[in-house]
Amino acid sequence: MRKATEETTETGTPPGSRLPTRFEPSLNLTPPPLRPDLQAIAELVEDGSMALDLGCGNGELLEHLARVKHVKARGIELSETGMLACVRRGLSVRQGNLEEGLADYPDNSFDYVILAQTLPFLDDPAMILHEMLRVGRKAIVSFPNWGYWRCRLDLLLTGRIPLAPDLPQRWHDAPRWQAFTITDFGAYCHDIGIKINEQIYLANGKRIGVRKYKNLLATTAVFGLIKR
Amino acid sequence: MTTTTVPADSVGIVEEKTFTFAEDEPFCLESGATLAPVTITYETYGRLNEDRSNAILVCHALSGSAHAAGYHSADDPKPGWWEDSIGPGKALDTDRYFVICSSVIGSCYGSTGPMDVNPATGKPYGLHFPVVTIGDMVRAQVRLIDHLGIDQLLCVVGGSMGGMQVLEWAAHHPERIKAAIPLATTAQHSPMLIAFSEVGRQAIYADPNWNNGDYYENGKRPDAGLAVARMVGHITYLSEESMQQKFGRRLQNMEQYGYEFETEFQVESYLKYNGNNFTRRFDANSYLYVTKAMDYFDLAQPTGVLAAAFLNSLDVKFLVVSFTSDWLYPSYHSKNLVSALTAVGADVTYLDIKSSWGHDAFLLEVETMTHLMGDFLARLAREEGVELPEIGEIEEIGDWALAV
Repeated sequence: MRKATEETTETGTPPGSRLPTRFEPSLNLTPPPLRPDLQAIAELVEDGSMALDLGCGNGELLEHLARVKHVKARGIELSETGMLACVRRGLSVRQGNLEEGLADYPDNSFDYVILAQTLPFLDDPAMILHEMLRVGRKAIVSFPNWGYWRCRLDLLLTGRIPLAPDLPQRWHDAPRWQAFTITDFGAYCHDIGIKINEQIYLANGKRIGVRKYKNLLATTAVFGLIKR
Repeated sequence: MTTTTVPADSVGIVEEKTFTFAEDEPFCLESGATLAPVTITYETYGRLNEDRSNAILVCHALSGSAHAAGYHSADDPKPGWWEDSIGPGKALDTDRYFVICSSVIGSCYGSTGPMDVNPATGKPYGLHFPVVTIGDMVRAQVRLIDHLGIDQLLCVVGGSMGGMQVLEWAAHHPERIKAAIPLATTAQHSPMLIAFSEVGRQAIYADPNWNNGDYYENGKRPDAGLAVARMVGHITYLSEESMQQKFGRRLQNMEQYGYEFETEFQVESYLKYNGNNFTRRFDANSYLYVTKAMDYFDLAQPTGVLAAAFLNSLDVKFLVVSFTSDWLYPSYHSKNLVSALTAVGADVTYLDIKSSWGHDAFLLEVETMTHLMGDFLARLAREEGVELPEIGEIEEIGDWALAV
């Protein structure tokens, strides 16, 4: 024992002298401001709760929730790049495909299950939404609104399918999306037995206090959902 | 003999140590048999911090040993088997963590195994050595950790059979570890894996020199059988794609087919070389014992439900990693494990790394593994408040343990 330690010291640089940057926790950096819809989602999450973020990307939201709101944060992410970024942030994240559902998670094992800007890409949104409300007490979703006046005008004037306000992908880019509006989503939730009990609307990143013309004026909706 | 310069990012020259226990009271095995005494060889790298909270145990795979990093002498041509991941600034950063690796019991690298002299007969054990399990190997490691005066390991990490030991620690000794990193492994050895083990064993049995395991004293070793076993093993560690890349249909030292039964293809030459090489460093009986231990490994027992094995492991943090081209321990084995861990509410991070290297990927995907394991360990160290070892401080662990 002793011998090996001594020899280690002789051959290497003194321990502790070389601390690679990758080991420095990002804690001491001032985090960049959260994406506006993620900021709105974070506001709907209670301090000290448990949250599961579906398609958590680089872990931006989860890290914010863990650090600022002391949330027990978990995530599911498909991409290797996203996964590695999450592990670097010190998050506990599983690689997985949402389309396979959340079968491994027991009922009510989270306070919140979050789905940010992912709804238009899902083949079976009802399945995911029901799964979210099985695993979590509440679900929180954010999605881009194709009912935004500019989208409507684009289609009218150019005759081409408009891009979503917040998504860069064109209709033929992967992953493929399905366009819908805030009104569509409201009717859909009603049909599948889900109640929207919290709503925040954003227009180009800024909160707007509208109710009546939300489908025309909002670029992004953030909803808190519960079972009806 | 060439003198190699030890690279700066190596732990340098290391020494193997031994620990012997069960001298008075025999060590009971899962099979019901006993072993006395038991010796374990091990190596350590880095320094233990003051509150002994920065220790990481590395578990080796089928043909590995305690020599995981560094060199045994200045002219040692090869470093330890996980040199890529253990050392200053590497994934298992020896400037920060105290890394321990021990040889499993049943193997042929100094820990008690079939080559050793049976105290009852004064002759090598051979097949009189009791069959050991992964559980037995790990309980022997627990004794070593006790001896080193470590209450709780920061982490246990290993790939393949090493990963099985990691899972055994997590399932049956969860209070002794804070985290577990099982790589390219399974919680339940599959029939296909047992089949490959058996082909290897049959090759050994079929070698007339094997002589029912009694060959240590006549000087004729079952090298031919062991070489074939290793060749089969090697095929399973690669992937079709990596073989295509590595060898293609290229011929070895010839321009055209010789239409004869000589070694013609590069892949044949590779297998032959590795098979023969293996006989110089491994023991045929050990191969039988270690493969048997893997075959018995099934954490779903006795309930039949894998999740039940981890009901007491909720405080253990897991980093589970599989590799897309690993067909020996396919990703779905790891996914099943992750499902079981998720079902009981364990803290688990899982990644299926895209790789074309087959099962060997856990040793070869160095860059991704360095990020993953380094970042995961940094998180643990932060969450657990692990202090760095002090510069210049030398821990006399073995002596301390004896003094107490």
